[in-house]
Amino acid sequence: MGALFNAMPGAVAQGIIWGIMAIGVYITFKILDMADLTVDGSFGTGGVVLVVCMTSGMNAFLALLLAFLAGCAAGLVTGILHTRFGIPAILAGILTQLALYSINLRILGGSANMPLSVKKFSLLLNLRNIPLAILVAGLFALFVIAALYWFFGTELGHALRATGANQAMARANGINTSTTKIIALILSNGIVALSGGLLAQYQGFADVNMGRGAIVIGLAAVIIGEVIFGKIFRNFALRLLAAVFGGIIYYLVLQIVLWAGLNANDLKLFSAIVVALFLGIPYWKGQIFARRIGRNAAADVKGGDGNA
Amino acid sequence: MLEIRNVYKTFSPGTINEKKALNGINLTLNDGDFVTVIGGNGAGKSTILNMICGVYPVDRGTILIDGVDVTKLPEYKRAKYLGRVFQDPMMGTAADMWIEENLALASRRGLRRGLGWAIKKSERKRYRELLAELDLGLEDRLSTKVGLLSGGQRQAITLLMATIRQPKLLMLDEHTAALDPKTAKKVLEITDKIVKEHGLTTLMVTHNMRDAIEYGNRLIMMHEGRIIVDVSGDDKKKLTVEDLLGMFERASGTEFASDRALLG
Repeated sequence: MGALFNAMPGAVAQGIIWGIMAIGVYITFKILDMADLTVDGSFGTGGVVLVVCMTSGMNAFLALLLAFLAGCAAGLVTGILHTRFGIPAILAGILTQLALYSINLRILGGSANMPLSVKKFSLLLNLRNIPLAILVAGLFALFVIAALYWFFGTELGHALRATGANQAMARANGINTSTTKIIALILSNGIVALSGGLLAQYQGFADVNMGRGAIVIGLAAVIIGEVIFGKIFRNFALRLLAAVFGGIIYYLVLQIVLWAGLNANDLKLFSAIVVALFLGIPYWKGQIFARRIGRNAAADVKGGDGNA
Repeated sequence: MLEIRNVYKTFSPGTINEKKALNGINLTLNDGDFVTVIGGNGAGKSTILNMICGVYPVDRGTILIDGVDVTKLPEYKRAKYLGRVFQDPMMGTAADMWIEENLALASRRGLRRGLGWAIKKSERKRYRELLAELDLGLEDRLSTKVGLLSGGQRQAITLLMATIRQPKLLMLDEHTAALDPKTAKKVLEITDKIVKEHGLTTLMVTHNMRDAIEYGNRLIMMHEGRIIVDVSGDDKKKLTVEDLLGMFERASGTEFASDRALLG
């Protein structure tokens, strides 16, 4: 039990960092209604760009900015593949993700991973000081939420929301839906890469594979946040916050199952099952609801006959 | 205001499903014309509207709006000139967005969308006034999701959206067909009021011959991708459903076979 409690703060820190990543996923998955698999690559891109920049002496903030921009570029590529090449969104994301694996290797100069020692560089956060890491990651999360809250209240932000809500209506009102989709993908992957840059600092290294399965973790965070907080969090900013909370809950649950004896190799299987279940719950709920209405209606008809 | 010159459109050419939807359409709308369009299923009524809006490209021909050749412009660029209401009440609004958000989106049709606030305070006041004019009790529900409204309310909102920035051309594609008769009448009354108030050049496709006669100053009938009847002015005022059926039979050589058009 003690080991579990000792692991909890670290899980919270990791949860917040992945929660920022989940905010990026929220933009494509919830607002644009599109599953963007680019993130599995762009998360790692953010990590490797940050490590390469910082090991060559760059300031951490500047390095994070570059990581963000690298993610934006990845999103731009997916956006162009989707809108200008006519490739379905999921496949466009997979293509970019695949290409990014090679690009991430290139950025690291051919090696699969690279350390970023907290002793040599002034990192914003690292796992030796978990309270500080929670604070810094939390501040970044709040900053991203505030920025998006502002952006989605602007004319352009509304155009993005309209594109996700009803494309025919968006076009009839003069919105270039190709452009809005590209902007959403740029923004989303920029945030995902920023989160990758934060994780690289936290864990003290970047690995070309660090983003593998990121989409599943991001979806898990978004969906867990929505299922648990959806009823009470109505405001847009709070909905984004719910995704961060979803990330934290996801990592806490992960710690618990590891402590309970789950083999660490089975983690990805566990993640996939969690996401499948949480995606299934709202669907099943809807079906049970529909069946109940059907049954009640049938009962009403019978009751009516009885009275007649 | 609108000039359609020799427009042709064939869907799925060279396949078993080949369908000649438009067969050399020529049509000129004058400023302030309110034209009703009737015709059987597959006559090309909706297709001609979709061609004007740029939903798909034409095979041949030219479309000019207020003297501007829009034939090759993408749909979102033509939107600058056009206000549209669709047959499906779900199609004209974003269900997940509030009433005021939908109106704000429409009030920037044809304008550059930047990083200014999507809705300004002064706009909210105007939206409330416009909604009050609809007389549907929507003026106090600015922050209600449009998805929670009835089909008739949604069509009324879509009408408002289509006309909130004066369009060169208002396009109504059987916009009351999915509504119950009472609601349909109300939406048509609102339509007529808005069209008259702003003197809008309007193209209204309908299945209902009575509506086609009652509203507008000009009526065209389509058959197999052609315009077969074009009446306006006093001639149109005197029309009856029987006249229209007779005209259809003479012009097409077949009987009018749409039950829906006869009803109502």
